[in-house]
Amino acid sequence: MEKFTTLTSRAIPLAIENVDTDQIIPARFLKATDKQGFGDNVFRDWRFDKYGSINKGFSLNNPIYSGSILVAGDNFGCGSSREHAAWALVGYGFKVIVSSFFADIFKGNALNNGLLPVQVSEVFLKTLLDTIETHPETNLEVNLENQTISISNSDVSESFDIDPYKKTCMINGYDDIDYLLSKKEQIQAFEAEKTY
Amino acid sequence: MGKTLFDKVWDAHVVDSIQNGPQILYIDKHLIHEVTSPQAFNELEARGIPVFRSNQIVATADHNTPTINQDLPIKDELSRKQLEQLSANCAKNDITLYKLGHKYNGIVHVMAPELGITQPGMTMVCGDSHTSTHGAFGTIAFGIGTSQVAQVFASQCLLLTKPKSLRVTVNGELKKGVLPKDVILYIISKLGTNSGTGYFCEYAGDVFENMSMEGRMTVCNMSIEMGARGGMIAPDETTFEYVKGREFSPKGEAFEKKVSYWKTLPTDDDAVFDKEYYFDAEDIEPMVTYGTNPGMGIKISETIPVDDNASFKKSLEYMNFEAGESLIDKPINFVFIGSCTNSRIEDFRVAANFIKGKQKAHNVTAWLVPGSKQVEAQIINEGLKDIFEDAGFELRQPGCSACLAMNDDKIPQGEYCVSTSNRNFEGRQGQGSRTILASPLVAAATAVAGKIVDVTKDIETLELA
Repeated sequence: MEKFTTLTSRAIPLAIENVDTDQIIPARFLKATDKQGFGDNVFRDWRFDKYGSINKGFSLNNPIYSGSILVAGDNFGCGSSREHAAWALVGYGFKVIVSSFFADIFKGNALNNGLLPVQVSEVFLKTLLDTIETHPETNLEVNLENQTISISNSDVSESFDIDPYKKTCMINGYDDIDYLLSKKEQIQAFEAEKTY
Repeated sequence: MGKTLFDKVWDAHVVDSIQNGPQILYIDKHLIHEVTSPQAFNELEARGIPVFRSNQIVATADHNTPTINQDLPIKDELSRKQLEQLSANCAKNDITLYKLGHKYNGIVHVMAPELGITQPGMTMVCGDSHTSTHGAFGTIAFGIGTSQVAQVFASQCLLLTKPKSLRVTVNGELKKGVLPKDVILYIISKLGTNSGTGYFCEYAGDVFENMSMEGRMTVCNMSIEMGARGGMIAPDETTFEYVKGREFSPKGEAFEKKVSYWKTLPTDDDAVFDKEYYFDAEDIEPMVTYGTNPGMGIKISETIPVDDNASFKKSLEYMNFEAGESLIDKPINFVFIGSCTNSRIEDFRVAANFIKGKQKAHNVTAWLVPGSKQVEAQIINEGLKDIFEDAGFELRQPGCSACLAMNDDKIPQGEYCVSTSNRNFEGRQGQGSRTILASPLVAAATAVAGKIVDVTKDIETLELA
């Protein structure tokens, strides 16, 4: 897994609540058996209309916005457990997703793919969205070590929570398999002695 | 302080705890299917890690399978390859697979309970968010991502932070025509789609105690739609009776021993939950959704609420509905009875009892998709197939089908579908499709009328299973 420490980037706004994983990557694209290529179809049915033409009104298609940070509305990633959603966002080039609330499974999937979910207050989220929409050239700074997200060249900043174990994994590029395999003897002892 | 059902099962499965970090949770059963497993197998192979406990894994093909002509080769090349890869991966790693056509094949959350693979007090996972279904047995069951599928392959364990506890109690007696699906749609409409995030939910009270196992599975299935990773119902005599005698259930003395353990699992009287909600059964009516998430539900006799929120308006625009209007008399051209929420025999009995002697409306395409080969066989053996076919309904072969429209079972652009599935997200049942979630009874009534009808109006005359 790719390491994550800090990121300074412009951001793309997605001011929609309850963005579900069916929107992030529609089910008809889940037939692939590897992790590559999902980025091409991220938000497919919002980026393109039914005839395959670009939907110019959608923020990802708006040339004034760019960057590897997506700033999205409340309850991002609800619905299906498909990790393809995280692969699609990473494949498109996102490294950080900011929202005021994340669905559980999506959050875990993102962390397992080096995609940092940054949960901020609703007030801060609104400030970010307003700032990006009025000044798309604004950079955001995400610092995982200090657990802060800031608007560059301003004193607007907020700290965010992350599980200390997952933070260590993100900073070092470790994944859970490495850790679990190191505990194999203990797992076998548990199996031999389990009480239920 | 006493323990909750969830605490008891969780605590019995903790292998170790990381200081200030997650716990290592042992997983008893791991269910897999063709869509979320191939990348996990690839990952293990690339890293040279063997599957640790192949005898605790069961595989089925369901998400991507056709629901007609299952005996013929699959036309769609990508779908065929995905299924072939599942077969190859299972063969290589010595994993039991109920592939397309096998007498035990079916939707993962229908076939595992009916085979007795699901048992109280277990931990179960699957790369599918509706794994919460199995919580109906007093099981900790939840959906996982593909990285976690690989972790369970490698170690039979997961690293997890223990979720908080939530209890939803519904007491009283349900009105006639109010089905388990209505109960869970009602709960989600009251609590919203993220009230359960970070929690495991226990459903308690008369309504769930009096519910069949099929009904309990419908309820627990949709726990994820309010954000809860899983839902649970305390195991009782109904549970034991259901589990007894199934293919993989413990037999004889071993079963009795298990039952005496399972009886210790229900939540202690003095246990405390982080969050509690109470509802009256009498307030619940047949439900329908009007928007693009499962929390956007109303009683069928109500009107769509008025809300200024931009996401709410976007949702109504997608559905082509107006705030303040009723859904009654809306013409509907598609009806789908199926999915891991409502494709068990009880669901088809309810539908058949309503449909018997009636005819499907001419404008309606009505698909009935059983949850498994065993349910399909029951439908035929109980004579329901004849009722359905006489009424003009199309009984198809088992699979996830139009719930997520990965196969050819798609609802066309702009069309409404009254569906017994679990998600009404934009395009869920096909690009541009518009889903209205409902119970099998409301779905059957819609198919007959060709439009949404207020089933509460003739509820006294309804013949239900």
